Amino acid sequence: MLSRFTVLTSHLAPLLADDIDTDQIIPARYLKGTERTGLGEHLFEDWCTLPDGTADPEFPLNQPESSHAQILLAGRNFGCGSSREHAAWALSGRGFRAVIARSFADIFYNNALKNGILPVALDEAHHASLSRHVLDDRKCMVTIDLTQQLVEMPGGERAPFDVDAFSKRCLIEGVDQLGYLMSLEDHVREYEVAHDGG
Amino acid sequence: MPTQPSTLFDKVWDSHVVVQNGHGPDVLYIDLHLVHEVTSPQAFAGLRAKGIKVRRPDKTFATMDHSTPTLSRDLTILDAMGAAQIKQLESNCEAFGIPLFRLGSEEQGIVHVIGPELGLTQPGKTLVCGDSHTSTHGAFGALAFGIGTSEVEHVLATQCLLQEKPRTMEVRIDGKLSPGVTAKDVILALLAKIGVQGGTGHVIEYRGEAIRSLDMEARMTICNMSIEGGARAGMVAPDTTTFEYLSGRPFAPEGEAWDQAVDRWQELQSDPGARFDETVELDAGTLTPMITYGTNPGMGLPISQPVPDPSECADSHQRQAMMRALDYMQVPSGKPLLGHPVDVVFVGSCTNARLSDLRGAASLLRGRRVAPGVRMLVVPGSDSVRRQAEAEGLDQVFLSAGAEWRFAGCSMCIAMNGDQLEPGQYAVSTTNRNFEGRQGKGGRTFLASPLTAAATAVAGAIADPRALAANVGAD
Repeated sequence: MLSRFTVLTSHLAPLLADDIDTDQIIPARYLKGTERTGLGEHLFEDWCTLPDGTADPEFPLNQPESSHAQILLAGRNFGCGSSREHAAWALSGRGFRAVIARSFADIFYNNALKNGILPVALDEAHHASLSRHVLDDRKCMVTIDLTQQLVEMPGGERAPFDVDAFSKRCLIEGVDQLGYLMSLEDHVREYEVAHDGG
Repeated sequence: MPTQPSTLFDKVWDSHVVVQNGHGPDVLYIDLHLVHEVTSPQAFAGLRAKGIKVRRPDKTFATMDHSTPTLSRDLTILDAMGAAQIKQLESNCEAFGIPLFRLGSEEQGIVHVIGPELGLTQPGKTLVCGDSHTSTHGAFGALAFGIGTSEVEHVLATQCLLQEKPRTMEVRIDGKLSPGVTAKDVILALLAKIGVQGGTGHVIEYRGEAIRSLDMEARMTICNMSIEGGARAGMVAPDTTTFEYLSGRPFAPEGEAWDQAVDRWQELQSDPGARFDETVELDAGTLTPMITYGTNPGMGLPISQPVPDPSECADSHQRQAMMRALDYMQVPSGKPLLGHPVDVVFVGSCTNARLSDLRGAASLLRGRRVAPGVRMLVVPGSDSVRRQAEAEGLDQVFLSAGAEWRFAGCSMCIAMNGDQLEPGQYAVSTTNRNFEGRQGKGGRTFLASPLTAAATAVAGAIADPRALAANVGAD
């Protein structure tokens, strides 16, 4: 059972670079576990730390303004590269429930939805506007309303976003997609009979 | 009423839709599911927790490749977590009845090398794996794409996936490749053109004279890196090159079933007049050896061209990305990378560790030495590739040149098994990703072809393979 997602109000952690790949989100040396847990502490580890191993005070996620942020704000093509779902597990392990970006890589987008993380792609104008708000005031609050598919910014500006109806329902009801697929057994068997197993 | 001309992708997709949901994702049937140790443990754990069996263990095959040692086949040299993960795969395969090509077996290797070489990968199939480079298998006219671990669980449990239908992109490559220019250079040139997000949401079909003239291994190299352009998958329509490659492979159909399969496979072409959502063209004749200078695979350039100056970049986002990349790589803009010293040369990975890749690298190393101070690793893509290479004496060419000759695995491409760069080191690598730290924390990667890698190893600095090739016999 996933935790339900309907309306989320939080301040944002800004990481406004394009093409952030999943190797940065969670380095490969943390892929040796057999659990989904314990990855949050390694989120963006190589960007978080200075060469001597201490926390980099310049890195946005290390700054007190970003602590307990549940929304990450990124640029274009967030989550490109490796298919590792560990990237989504690391984000949720750190308390993130949504990522707002200009666009997402396909595999990350699917992985996020399956872990109760809402990926929100905004058009250029709204993304720029939101980025300005956050850079002006790191503690400003933003509301993501999944039911209405709207991001509400400080000052009342509202930005619409797309999400497919099926994934939306799964997030709102907090159910995973496997139950639906399991319910199709008769269709699958029929398909297999008709196609001789492919 | 005449039917609409359709693309190769449409044909494979449409014939695998189990349930169409209208405005939501389709339910797609999966013909072949490949599994490895890194992205599967949590999926099996999910099945156990819910008391679900693997629905079609006969359509599921597993191997171990990501964190396996390449120095020997002895698991004790791995760290405890890596070893535990490998043991977990063994016990999962045993419990759920899944065939496993384990370490030490003749079939073991990188999942995207062994699928084709065993004949499991076939035209028209839908094929998934918890690994983004699953796009490799599209070289056979299969629809093959990488998935996350939740989706691995879905396929194990139901043999189905919920997927939005991607859009289509035609990449037409006409003309003829010049000597010294390989499939790796073709895909790096395409990525330099479309960028790392140019293919997002699309399935690419590679077409044209240059693609037709490539062998299967070269087509695999190109399809492999489709994901680096953001594409869901890359495909090449099957032809006699495909059929000749597959004929006689262990899992390929035989006898009458083979003839029927070939008849079916020949239909897997985009119809004349089929519409693609986008088209990109490349002229193979104008391509030269390529190399990357930055920290994503789209940051590539012809090897003799100067590294671009970020200040000349009009797009502010791109300018920032380039500045950050050049700072990480510590390479100057405005001059070519030729002559830039390297510490390591790596020939390996699901992109470039098949027999033809090793032959290419060996052709330039024969009778030559790896430059002093440079470490060169050659890691075959599978145990089968290793045995064939040794039968041809390629191992001796590498060893005589001073390179290391290893057992099969992903090795320094993902740097999970101890094969990795030290902070600050430079490598020319035949792999697929030059992301920050990809080959080891703080390591710096230049992506290139096996020929460029070999020429660089000899020179001790980035070198154009065409110059060395012209020199054959000089020793």
